Amino acid sequence: MLKKRATIRDHNAEASLFSRRVAVALVLVYSTFGLLLYNMYQLQVVQHQGFQTRSNDNRIKIVPLAPNRGLIYDRNGILLAENRPVFSIEITPEEVRNLDTTLAELSQLLDLEATVISEFHQQRARERRFSQVTLLDNLNEKQLSKFAVHQHKFPGVSIEARLIRYYPHDEILTHALGYVAKINRNDVKKLEESGQQANYAATRTIGKLGVERFYEKVLHGTVGYQQIEVNNRGRKVRALEVEPPVPGSDIYLELDINLQRKAVEILGEKRGSIVVMDTRTGGVLAMASTPSYDPNWFVNGISFARYQSLLASTESPLLNRATQGGYPPASTIKPQIALLGLNEELITSKTRIWDPGWFEIRGVDHRYRDWLEWGHGWVNVSTAITESCDTFYYDLALKLGIDKMSEFMFQFGFGEYTGIDIAEESAALMPTRGWKRSRFNLPWYAGETVSVGIGQSYWTATPLQLAAGTAIVVNRGTHLVPRLLKETVTDQVSTPALIEEKPPVTLNNPEYWDIVLDAMEDVVSTVKGTAHTAFRNAPYTSGGKTGTAQVKSIGQDEKYVAEDIEERYRDNAMYVGYAPVEEPEIVVVIAMENAGGGGSVAAPAARDLMDFYFGVAAKEEEEQ
Amino acid sequence: MQTNAERQRHPILQKLHIDGPLLLVLLCLSVLSLISVYSAAGQDLALIQRQAIRIGFAFFVMFVVAQIPPPTLQRFALPLFTFGVALLLAVLLVGVSAKGAQRWLDIGVTNIQPSEIMKLAVPMMLAWFISEHGLPPSLKRVFAAFLLLLVPTLMIARQPDLGTSLLIGSAGLFVIFLAGISWRLIFFCIGAAAAFAPVLWIFLMHDYQRQRVLTFLNPESDPLGAGYHIIQSKIAIGSGGLEGKGWLQGTQSQLEFLPERHTDFIFSVFSEEFGLIGVAGLLILYGFVILRGFTIAIRAQSAFEKLLAGSLTLTFFVYVLVNIGMVSGLLPVVGVPLPLISYGGTSMVTLLAGFGMLMSIATHRRLVMRGQ
Repeated sequence: MLKKRATIRDHNAEASLFSRRVAVALVLVYSTFGLLLYNMYQLQVVQHQGFQTRSNDNRIKIVPLAPNRGLIYDRNGILLAENRPVFSIEITPEEVRNLDTTLAELSQLLDLEATVISEFHQQRARERRFSQVTLLDNLNEKQLSKFAVHQHKFPGVSIEARLIRYYPHDEILTHALGYVAKINRNDVKKLEESGQQANYAATRTIGKLGVERFYEKVLHGTVGYQQIEVNNRGRKVRALEVEPPVPGSDIYLELDINLQRKAVEILGEKRGSIVVMDTRTGGVLAMASTPSYDPNWFVNGISFARYQSLLASTESPLLNRATQGGYPPASTIKPQIALLGLNEELITSKTRIWDPGWFEIRGVDHRYRDWLEWGHGWVNVSTAITESCDTFYYDLALKLGIDKMSEFMFQFGFGEYTGIDIAEESAALMPTRGWKRSRFNLPWYAGETVSVGIGQSYWTATPLQLAAGTAIVVNRGTHLVPRLLKETVTDQVSTPALIEEKPPVTLNNPEYWDIVLDAMEDVVSTVKGTAHTAFRNAPYTSGGKTGTAQVKSIGQDEKYVAEDIEERYRDNAMYVGYAPVEEPEIVVVIAMENAGGGGSVAAPAARDLMDFYFGVAAKEEEEQ
Repeated sequence: MQTNAERQRHPILQKLHIDGPLLLVLLCLSVLSLISVYSAAGQDLALIQRQAIRIGFAFFVMFVVAQIPPPTLQRFALPLFTFGVALLLAVLLVGVSAKGAQRWLDIGVTNIQPSEIMKLAVPMMLAWFISEHGLPPSLKRVFAAFLLLLVPTLMIARQPDLGTSLLIGSAGLFVIFLAGISWRLIFFCIGAAAAFAPVLWIFLMHDYQRQRVLTFLNPESDPLGAGYHIIQSKIAIGSGGLEGKGWLQGTQSQLEFLPERHTDFIFSVFSEEFGLIGVAGLLILYGFVILRGFTIAIRAQSAFEKLLAGSLTLTFFVYVLVNIGMVSGLLPVVGVPLPLISYGGTSMVTLLAGFGMLMSIATHRRLVMRGQ
């Protein structure tokens, strides 16, 4: 009984003790819940913004969209550079389970060459991590369909469709038009320096040469962006927002592709260059340089062997001879020398000298020979141009001196960049005393002055410089800057290119222009003119000047016999011409390396080209 | 008076030995479970079906357990505990390993996890052991109870299964606490535990467990490695904001940035999609379950029933605390599911079996009175 009562008392005490403990526990539990809730409040309300941002960083990836590159047309609207859709196989190495097996399977499936795999590895080493690396460009239909069927077996490998540049005229105008090629490290560096790397985020190629390079900014356009939602493996789930890219502007060039093709045809197998420039605008209608190469090789990455062969070729196909080829201008610059002589009043239109076939500096035992062995007899400034008498100019040059000549020739653009709208240009060389001193640490010799008088010695000029310099004569002093761009078209709004001029050449008496221009006309129209044969019966008027540039100096008593001389040492054939005489439209410059005489080789080439320009050949065909 | 009134309110439920309010909250939580798992598991209907079947089965188990009168539970305590310890021993000797832990026992048909049995056996055993000689227990008995508790807890920790051993350990400690041992002893024990921590760190913890603790202390130190889970979970919770991103709209979970989405980290999915408002609602439901458990414990008539009910309730609270604390970066990552919400059958069945005991205690009151 006693024990039982005690138990009952215990029971009540137990109950109250237990209840107190439960009360403590309940307080603890609820305050803990309060703590949990407070922590949640901190995370979900106080720090919400930060976590929201991190959540978006997790899921939203910004994918840049490449703008379509602007197209390039010739002056008549014929496509010179277009964008073609191609399919390529792209691999994201980080998403591939086993790269080596995948590559092995792919090369078996698509019948790939071993070089494709090795090039892929080279390419991969250059790319950033987690970026796509191209395995195979330009898939053919068979490869495309084969891969499409087996695509599910290759995670991390995908087919991408994109536009690549294509040049339908192949090697015809490579040097002027240039090409695009893959963006390399140097390009990336340059883009970074100009703050343009964001704009190129999705772009794979960049203009590397010619117009494509010079007008890169105009052609490229503005990058677009796509916000995509990705999962934890970075795979796209859906697109959220798109800011479309702005395509680049189309551009029209002054070039006439048909005239250009004709020029290349005329050059044929010869090394050389032809430039046709509009004397009214400075527009370059044709600018050929041979030998050339196919720009399409570079677009998808040229093979090392092929590039090496281009580099190593003794024919220098990579050289743009029109703007980088430094040729001795030879007699083609006699009109400008004549102008200087007249302007300095060292000669008049009447001044005559006797040409025995050679010239001697008084007191120096060296004969400067005229190309005409027996001499031209009595010549004045006009006949000296028409018949291309050297002796007259030897004499004049010596009277002028090198300083006056180079100073005057700088005004005609010699020894300076023409400012044409491509970057590949050489200033060539207009020698001066100072130049010779700093180059060779030697004084200027009078004998060199004599040679400069007929465009030889150290003097070199590019065909484009000759074109621009001749245009100055034709335009009586107006100095137009040669230019390839005709107009840019953005959103169907056309903006014509600006006609640029340099300071004009002014003469004391404008009649001097007429004296020289008349003489140039006589080169073509008179029987004694050096280009008369070439232009016989031309249905249009023209003027010009032939030039035969000595590449190798001939010994004192040697004779120049072309057949006896190695091809590389034969004369360069030069011609500068303009037409029509009444209202000049074009200047034509022909430079053919080791081709022979200016009158016999270059002048007929100019005739051929001018005929084409004036539609003569076509008319003759029509008549027949 | 109160008991009469309650009995009159739910005569049928009383007969079925079901506690109405508790059942209602448990059903609410089960629905939330299905909704959350559906979203977290990528709208996998087959998975939801399995979860629904498991929930159904778990409720059935609860119903069956609720029919067992508390004295019978008391009689089962020692045999169940002994049986459980024997199974744990077997696990240590011949258990099946998975993911670096040896937790399962292959009984031919299926694998069983004896530690789950201990989640119920330990509070039953300690409640029986301590209540037998009246409350508060003597120091000697408390000491003996500690030893009884230590055996299964350490065995489970050895598997290793830190989460379960934590739950079982705390279940036992809650029995001892509720039994009314002196506060002085409680504080002494806390001090001793603090002193024991370095020993635990150096000798008893596995490398991966230490790593978890280190990562917990500074998750940002290794954002792509061990800290990834915690960081992504916090981003999910934080980006949910006040109102949440909406059901099935949680980007962290739908785009699979969250790990273990439908199991241990389902709370992150829930918070991301339903926001702080949803979280508060969930905590209210949990708070109600605990309040109801305590009410049942206080109204229980024997010390065994009180201690068992109190311990089960507090263990449920530990589930909630450890899971939410873990996914929100307050506690280290230990594998404890969010009770009644996380996908997974075993813990659901064990939990609802425990609630079955609570219901039995709540509804067998008259029989107990008659017995006395």
